Amino acid sequence: MPRVLLIEDDPSVREGVELGLRRRGHEVRTAATGEAGLAALGEFRPDLLLLDLMLPGMNGVQVCNRVRENSQLPIIMLTARGDDFDVVIGLEAGADDYIVKPARTEVIEARIRAVLRRIEEPGGGRPAVEHHGALAVDRVGLTVAKNGERLALAPSELKLLLHLTAAPEQVFSRQQLLEHVWEHNYHGDARLVDACVRRLRAKIEDTPGDPRYIQTLRGFGYRFGPL
Amino acid sequence: MKTCVPGEEPGTEREPGPAAAAPGPSARTSGPSASAPAARPAYDTAPETGRRPEHGPSRGRRARMRGRRPRPFGLRTRLVFAFLLVAAVGCGTTAALTYRAARSAILEQTQNTAVSAFRQQVDALNIELPPDEDMLRDTLQSIARQGKPRTWRVYAEYGALRVSSTDRPESSVLTPELRARAHSREGTPHTAFQRVVKGGTTYLTMAVPAVFLSAKDETPQPTGLVVYAVMELDEEEANVEAMVTAARDGALPALAIALIPALLAARGVLRPVRELRHAAHSMGRGRLDTRIHAKGSDELADLARTFNESAAELERSVTELRRAEARARRFASDVSHELRTPLAGMLAVTEVLDEDAEALDSDTARAVRLISAETVKLAVLVEDLMEISRFDARAAELHTDEVDVADCVRKTLGSRHWRDPEQVHALLDEGIRARLDPRRFDVVVANLVGNALRHGRAPVTVRVYADGGSMLVVQVSDRGPGIHPDVLPHVFERFYKADPARARSAGSGLGLAITQENVRLHGGTVEAANHPAGGAVFTVRIPL
Repeated sequence: MPRVLLIEDDPSVREGVELGLRRRGHEVRTAATGEAGLAALGEFRPDLLLLDLMLPGMNGVQVCNRVRENSQLPIIMLTARGDDFDVVIGLEAGADDYIVKPARTEVIEARIRAVLRRIEEPGGGRPAVEHHGALAVDRVGLTVAKNGERLALAPSELKLLLHLTAAPEQVFSRQQLLEHVWEHNYHGDARLVDACVRRLRAKIEDTPGDPRYIQTLRGFGYRFGPL
Repeated sequence: MKTCVPGEEPGTEREPGPAAAAPGPSARTSGPSASAPAARPAYDTAPETGRRPEHGPSRGRRARMRGRRPRPFGLRTRLVFAFLLVAAVGCGTTAALTYRAARSAILEQTQNTAVSAFRQQVDALNIELPPDEDMLRDTLQSIARQGKPRTWRVYAEYGALRVSSTDRPESSVLTPELRARAHSREGTPHTAFQRVVKGGTTYLTMAVPAVFLSAKDETPQPTGLVVYAVMELDEEEANVEAMVTAARDGALPALAIALIPALLAARGVLRPVRELRHAAHSMGRGRLDTRIHAKGSDELADLARTFNESAAELERSVTELRRAEARARRFASDVSHELRTPLAGMLAVTEVLDEDAEALDSDTARAVRLISAETVKLAVLVEDLMEISRFDARAAELHTDEVDVADCVRKTLGSRHWRDPEQVHALLDEGIRARLDPRRFDVVVANLVGNALRHGRAPVTVRVYADGGSMLVVQVSDRGPGIHPDVLPHVFERFYKADPARARSAGSGLGLAITQENVRLHGGTVEAANHPAGGAVFTVRIPL
């Protein structure tokens, strides 16, 4: 069962979510502030971070940025404010997904499982490492290197890239990507995809403003290549 | 808070759909946090910004054009006419009076000169009676020669004798009236004269009866001889004519000159009136801070000042109303925000309650289940309240994507487990692609179908088709009893209770209001009606 670190300042939410997840068999550690949460990361070594956006002192976006500096830990944001603004900032900061409070424990758990799930590999018989231009995608070791240098990709970025490279030159709508990569069963938030594409481009493209690997087809979606 | 603004991604980077082109977060609600008060939408600003784009500039242009168009019976025309009329009447009256006075003065002077001269001449006559014709003619001719101010034609009548200084013994211009006055036997005979117009020429005719002084009482007695003189008054008439011409020629420039003050006066009246109209128009479009420049102390300045005072008063009360409205909205928004956090904690433990309720005694179990169920409903209600608050604050944003409509509707029905065609029957035209916000569209369809199932009766039919290639139509109909005519106009109102007996609707009471707002956000309309064959029909139209 995944180990979850929950950073949440409101005691009732903290306790409620902790209780709910623990009942479902998760190992949960909680922290009331961003600073305490960052301190707990090192010794608790969670599989996933549940992070409230609105925190006193160091806010969720700052925590997210700090974590992303040296780790690919999956991060799910909890936002008590369905404000688009916060969500976008959180996603830009490197969160893999977000949950709008209030949410039932089953919803939270479904998201946790979706983020942690390894992507389904379409068909065997593929070489372990594929080369796409300067990119080397290791579908078994789940690493991506560019010009021999390993890239640090967040879980959602890696899953998105693996999904796109599994069928190069095939166009995927944002809705399809939301369903396959994020497992949002219906009409999730397309901005998840857009934010993730932006972050991924910043890491793999030579010039993110003029993408070569992940191309946009206006009105249809995204595709990998053609190179 | 990191100061990065979503929407400020590198401009060249492109996303599918218009997300990249979406406006930045200009006015969004913010939660009840003290850290970001500035992020609140400014409710207090003038509402004309982007509220009614369908009229405004075009209407304003029309009005301005209306202002420039000369009107046949506008204020300016009427003022100018009034001025000219006054000037014309003034000039005309003056000219007429002058003409009359001058004419009589000129003619009288001539008359007096002529009459006195003629009398003198006649008085100086020394004629034997009965007169001898030739002698009389000579005398008359000498009188005629001495005529003042011009020569006369002189006639004399004595009984049946007719003599004249001309070759015609009788004059045709002498009137019987003059003759009668000259021959009158009453009182003392005296000089009579008369102006006669004949053949377009004016003549002065004079009659002097020759008298002799009776030896008895020194009174003049008529001798029976009457001497007449006829003189043309052409020159005098010409003089008078010249005066009329002069008056006329003076009146025309006077009228032309009167045009200038007329136009000036019209402008003086029209400019404030026009300003007032523009100001009123501008206020009508929501610019309540419109004021007019009021100067002077005339009635128009008073009007302008009154307008300004009224405008200020209106602005004050509207601002106050808007503030109150903004406070109310913010309150609703804040309340729902504040409710979310405790609800998040409660909602997280509802499952724990549900699972453990089995093990509790029946009363506690019922209480626990009740709390759990109501918590879930409360969460939905708060969620809907938040959504409505965002619409009210105009902070709701459309994140459109090009989608296959039939796919969308299928996903909506599937995700809500409405897969049984006996329950929900879908008639979807394939291949309609539309630019929609998938999340909001999903909410719209789910809400209408959910409503139909709750308040109507299965099977519910969902139709999707393109109307004329320019409108996407989504129609949700049920086989229920339909909507009561009294209720029909109110179905989209918030918390409207169709059935007063029902204390609380099964939903939040905001579902249809949110549906309507979502459709409006897409630039579309949603209507509720009853099908002639029975059942309620909700029709959503969204421009493709």
